[in-house]
Amino acid sequence: MSLIQVNGQVHALVPSLSILLTELGLEQAVVATALNGDFIPAGQREQIVLKAGDQVEILAPMQGG
Amino acid sequence: MSLKLYGCDISSRLLLGTARYPSPAMLKEAIQAAKVEIVTVSLRRESLGLQNEQRAGQSFWSLIQQSGARVLPNTAGCHSVREAVKTAHMAREIMGTNWIKLEVIADDMALNPDVFGLVEAARILNEDGFKVFPYTTTDLGVGERLMQAGCHLLMPWAAPIGSGQGLSDRNALKAYRRHFETVPLIIDAGIGRPSQATEAMELGYDALLLNSAVAKSGNPVLMAQAFRQSVRAGRDAYLAGPIEPYEGAMPSSPMIGRAYLS
Repeated sequence: MSLIQVNGQVHALVPSLSILLTELGLEQAVVATALNGDFIPAGQREQIVLKAGDQVEILAPMQGG
Repeated sequence: MSLKLYGCDISSRLLLGTARYPSPAMLKEAIQAAKVEIVTVSLRRESLGLQNEQRAGQSFWSLIQQSGARVLPNTAGCHSVREAVKTAHMAREIMGTNWIKLEVIADDMALNPDVFGLVEAARILNEDGFKVFPYTTTDLGVGERLMQAGCHLLMPWAAPIGSGQGLSDRNALKAYRRHFETVPLIIDAGIGRPSQATEAMELGYDALLLNSAVAKSGNPVLMAQAFRQSVRAGRDAYLAGPIEPYEGAMPSSPMIGRAYLS
């Protein structure tokens, strides 16, 4: 089974970044995404094809000083 | 008179960090009690595997929006120009602001700014249309470079982040204020007590950003109010023009007209 990492956790490979967000129930959430260290703006998520070993970051506003 | 930051009129000179409060409700209460207009927010991994409203980031964001405060996203924890620039872009997309509190950290223990990385990241972000709030030291040369890079305000530290030491180098802070006479200056980091906040404002600093001093106190809501009052007192004192210290005593009552009673 092909795998990717999402926020440091192992996850099954899915076709695109937007499908991943939908699968996680985050399609409407206030989140920013990065793939293998590069920022992926929301408008590009559908075109981003994922492959085995990819590292995805899904970030949200959080407490900070 | 209100403070102008990148063209925005701000009436509260106390900016507040949102981390380390005992509860989200207490954070919200502290923001409201101290009438804070600007709060800092970081960008971190969202929790997965939950309903949206239970996710840490989504519920926090909802609370911040309810507070009515203006958001100043930060790049806390970034150690390189690349990380800081990317974080700023991600923050802008989801928080809907081009303001960014720019931190490029040199050392994890001291949390001191990497001033070389800071200037470079500031240059890139200003070119990318951001309004940069740079967390810096009191080095005048670095401040000049940040201004040349496009920053319109500066945020020197008073002491290391979270240390509560207060104005660890008062003379350097005075010199900084004198040198950047017309630039909005916000003290960022190191303030522990309201009396230190007053002292900073008496030096002519325009505003103050706090977090730990309020959040980690015994009563964050009361402490936020105390800081509001101290910032106001220091500002009023600066505007009023404090007297200079004098070596020796000087009588307040007139010498003329004293009775001969001995």
